[in-house]
Amino acid sequence: MAKYLLLKHYRGAPAAVNDVPMDQWTPEEVAAHVQYMEDFAARLEGTGEFVDSQALSPEGTFVRYDGEGRPPVTDGPFAETKDLIAGWMVIDVDTPERALELAGELSAAPGAGGRPIHEWLEVRPFLGAPPTITE
Amino acid sequence: MDESLLRALIPTVIGILGRRGADFAAAEDAVQDALVEAVRVWPDDPPRDPRAWLVAVAWRRFLDAVRADTSRQRREVRVDLEPPPGPGAEVDDTLQLYFLCAHPSLTPASAVALTLRAVGGLTTRQIAQAYLVPEATMAQRISRAKRTVSGVRFDQPGDVGTVLRVLYLVFNEGYSGDVDLAAEAIRLARQLAARIEHEEVAGLLALMLLHHARRPARTRPDGSLVPLAEQDRSRWDTQLIAEGVDVLQAALARDRLGEFQAQAAIAALHADARTAEETDWVQIVEWYDELVRLTGSPVARLNRAVAVGEADGARAGLAALAQLDPALPRHAAVAAYLHERDGDPVTAARLYADAARAAPNLPERDHLTRQAARLNAERRGRAEGRRDGRQP
Repeated sequence: MAKYLLLKHYRGAPAAVNDVPMDQWTPEEVAAHVQYMEDFAARLEGTGEFVDSQALSPEGTFVRYDGEGRPPVTDGPFAETKDLIAGWMVIDVDTPERALELAGELSAAPGAGGRPIHEWLEVRPFLGAPPTITE
Repeated sequence: MDESLLRALIPTVIGILGRRGADFAAAEDAVQDALVEAVRVWPDDPPRDPRAWLVAVAWRRFLDAVRADTSRQRREVRVDLEPPPGPGAEVDDTLQLYFLCAHPSLTPASAVALTLRAVGGLTTRQIAQAYLVPEATMAQRISRAKRTVSGVRFDQPGDVGTVLRVLYLVFNEGYSGDVDLAAEAIRLARQLAARIEHEEVAGLLALMLLHHARRPARTRPDGSLVPLAEQDRSRWDTQLIAEGVDVLQAALARDRLGEFQAQAAIAALHADARTAEETDWVQIVEWYDELVRLTGSPVARLNRAVAVGEADGARAGLAALAQLDPALPRHAAVAAYLHERDGDPVTAARLYADAARAAPNLPERDHLTRQAARLNAERRGRAEGRRDGRQP
């Protein structure tokens, strides 16, 4: 088993096929989308592959150390930041192919007109634990 | 309370419930309930006969579940309330459980989870923590696995090979949680070896013992990896090594070589060397030849290239490496090592950096990054030395 992060972007991914902002959908379409996401997570729990799912606010603050005894410097948000993460799902699956298959299904969540969004998700493997037997 | 003694009873108790008429899934659930109860109650109130206690509590749980199920579904369930005379001791319940839990219809992860619970007697929570997934996910993984094997006959001999692959996974891919999965894999392999005369069971047990012996020397206190050549060999567990070598020699004497025996033989040759310089690399290359012949595994070929580099010089190692696919995991790391031994630190540093980027886990990445950093720092040092007019 290996863990993978399925990353959803507010910005930074190529445009989805059905690329209509969520606030332009009908309330029923929004509800159907939310339901799809919940069902998807529940199904993965049922298959023993679900680890975690979280959504992030688009508003973020950049912070850095500013020297001993000084408060950290904050900045942003930067409107020009190219990459903006919207949320993620972590899965634990047997093969990389399975990770891609599940990301494909998640990308089929319904959007405007009840049609799949075809949104681009980024699949990133976790760095795991080192094996015991190395030679 | 010695939890491993308690857990060693679990397969037997599942087997007893099975012979009383419970199907595997229900028996396993009931025994898990009894196990959780035992962990709670025994420290204050230890039973005189632990096995009888577990059987009684598990059987009661099983009957409760059947009654609840029957009244819910209003259907007939045929269960003998009194234990029937079992088919006798000729069927080894524990051995059958190993086969069932590693059944080929299961995915590796399901087989691992089911084996740890039904054979190992670990709780779902412990298994979930060990593999860093939520308990609900692990519970589902286990119940799906039980559904998958629900039609499998319990009295059929299974495939030892699948069991060994499951135990190998538990040993080799253990994370570091509360449960020591490497120790658990060794316990399960010992228990299996006591029940079945099979040279590869012994081979795998020897392999585990010989690698486990090095564990105190494998990592520094900060968690960073110590390569074999740099390990403090006085910290290797000589008792485990002696046991591993004995088990391996008995297996090899049967003259039916398999991949685990070959891997154990390589580990034993490393264990034999008091210093890295004393390592018998020529023999190790011969064992890798056997391993490649047995498995055709690209990983074995890659490791063989390292051994060839030690036995016949870095050039020979690089020649062996040149025949392998550069896309293999850890190919760049091996290439970096051999180039450094060949006196080409510039290429080696570049390859170590490449290998770090491709590393599948953090300790390996950190180790490879340090190797690249070391070579780059040495090069800067030499350049400064030349500027200062010192000898390089």
